[in-house]
Amino acid sequence: PEVTVEVLAHLERLALVDFRDEEGVERLQKAIQFADQLQEVNTDGVEPMDSVLEDRCLYLREDDVTEGNCTKELLKNAREKVEEYFVAPPGNIPLPKLDEQETSLQGS
Amino acid sequence: EGGVLQVSAALKEGQVTPTQLCQRCLALIRSTKFLNAYITVAEETALKQAEESEKRYRRGQPLGVLDGIPISVKDNFNTAGIETTCASNMLKGYISPYNATVVQKLLDQGAVLLGKTNLDEFAMGSGSTDGVFGPVRNPWSYSRQYKEKSASKSHSEDEESNWVITGGSSGGSAAAVSSFTCFAALGSDTGGSTRNPAAHCGVVGLKPTYGLISRHGLIPLVNSMDVPGILTRCVDDAAVVLGLLAGHDPKDSTTIQDTFEPFELPDFTDVSKLTIGIPKEYHAPGLSGEILALWSKAADLFKNAGAKVIEVSLPHTRYSIVCYHVLCTAEVASNMARFDGLEYGHRSDMNESTESMYAATRREGFNDVVRGRILSGNYFLLKQNYENYFIKAQKVRRLIASDFVKVFRSGVDILLTPTTLSDAVPYMEFIKEDNRTRSTQDDILTQAANMAGVPAISVPAALSERGLPVGLQFIGRSLQEKQLLTVAKWFEKQVKFPMIQLEEVKRLDHDILQHQKSASFS
Repeated sequence: PEVTVEVLAHLERLALVDFRDEEGVERLQKAIQFADQLQEVNTDGVEPMDSVLEDRCLYLREDDVTEGNCTKELLKNAREKVEEYFVAPPGNIPLPKLDEQETSLQGS
Repeated sequence: EGGVLQVSAALKEGQVTPTQLCQRCLALIRSTKFLNAYITVAEETALKQAEESEKRYRRGQPLGVLDGIPISVKDNFNTAGIETTCASNMLKGYISPYNATVVQKLLDQGAVLLGKTNLDEFAMGSGSTDGVFGPVRNPWSYSRQYKEKSASKSHSEDEESNWVITGGSSGGSAAAVSSFTCFAALGSDTGGSTRNPAAHCGVVGLKPTYGLISRHGLIPLVNSMDVPGILTRCVDDAAVVLGLLAGHDPKDSTTIQDTFEPFELPDFTDVSKLTIGIPKEYHAPGLSGEILALWSKAADLFKNAGAKVIEVSLPHTRYSIVCYHVLCTAEVASNMARFDGLEYGHRSDMNESTESMYAATRREGFNDVVRGRILSGNYFLLKQNYENYFIKAQKVRRLIASDFVKVFRSGVDILLTPTTLSDAVPYMEFIKEDNRTRSTQDDILTQAANMAGVPAISVPAALSERGLPVGLQFIGRSLQEKQLLTVAKWFEKQVKFPMIQLEEVKRLDHDILQHQKSASFS
């Protein structure tokens, strides 16, 4: 399958990681080619396997609060904070389109 | 240079104190700094822990066999108050607010945490060469055994550039154990990341059954395959550490609830009752003639001791790498999403919008390997690709896992395979190929065990013609670590793998001896 520019842009938007250059795109092409080998395997009637522990019951603990109250500890590692809030730049601003994106990200 | 049990006995008898032991290890870490095995050395806290341990020994109340024993931990495990970087710019400066369960268990036993070891960035790689703190050097590069073999061909100037890799991604941990700077180390194993460097560094590398040891606090790569790995200098030590770490953890819902019984390994085993399987697909393309011969010799060892040794087939072996490639990148795409600069880790100065900050942070924080896997993973998870790639890979995973079930059900107790395709390659050669190509090549013999969740262990078997360690791998049934390690220990006894001859260790022992001599005169 050919990887279109739309798909590349879509992936960058989903992953919030950029391909950076030709090499990055090539890397993806190679990864896809490699993964295509899976098509050689006959999986008719085979159920997908999520976990090797699928035959076991998941452990569920009691719904009791046993720990917490460590706000100060957790905030220590955040760079921008105000009182007990993590501070983010304004949201709901879409990333610039692919062609504008180059310039915007180059600024960082 | 004894194992954990001997040192523990020595500590009990007062022949050596935890502080002396700790200082010796710290001195050796300093003199082997060129190996780049450690990212962080927690000297102050380690000495404090050693002091506490010493007090306990004086009262005659050690916490257990690991009390006072220096250990090190791969830098993708959270360690409270100590920087945890995953060898990435994304987490440089990140001080964990908590201990991973396995770290806590070791500390509760009185172990002395010397530091955090180097790895490939976010444990992605098979060389321990792709972290931001630089590559780890295999201690055997500086061994008399390797130098003797390479002196005959290369010029002296090549010695500096001739050093070989540790393998990965737990290379720092393997190098730390191999160079005697600690008695045991924690690694992680998702595709072979504990067994691969163990084989290249001449140490024991155990990958336990998935679900046996808690992953709480281990920064995840592939949730359905990751396990904490144990690196030690002998199989007995691995059993000791396993005994202290295994068991259900309410903080990790993927740990099994069965009670785990710690065990001691017998000194004498009758292997004639065993059936050893030799999977023919592990005679993989690229397997060196040397290792093939070693594998064959090992099979003969069992045969001559009366065991039944038969050829078996794990038909889907060659797809495990492709399968891993898809499942790993998919889970990575998900797991790496947490790194956005808001709550912890690196944060970009880009402030225009949340999304542009996230994007810039991730661009700045992750290396090419990580970013590449995230993008590939997202591709395979796209709606139009989900069925053909992700679900398909999950189906193939079931086939791989059932290959193992079928073989074990047919009466085979243990599988014997090589761990790596060759001995450790020189760094200059290793970096000629990219990370994904290397991982693809190097994980081929180890990955399937992670797919199936079964336990596997690499045991040093012999030195190669180049004077470097070669390991062989035993794979066992789910939760049958006792049998697996019993067989591994038997094998270890038969092969009598030589001790590494390191100048730094000799010098340190000499210095300590001199110091003791002069002290006795004062």
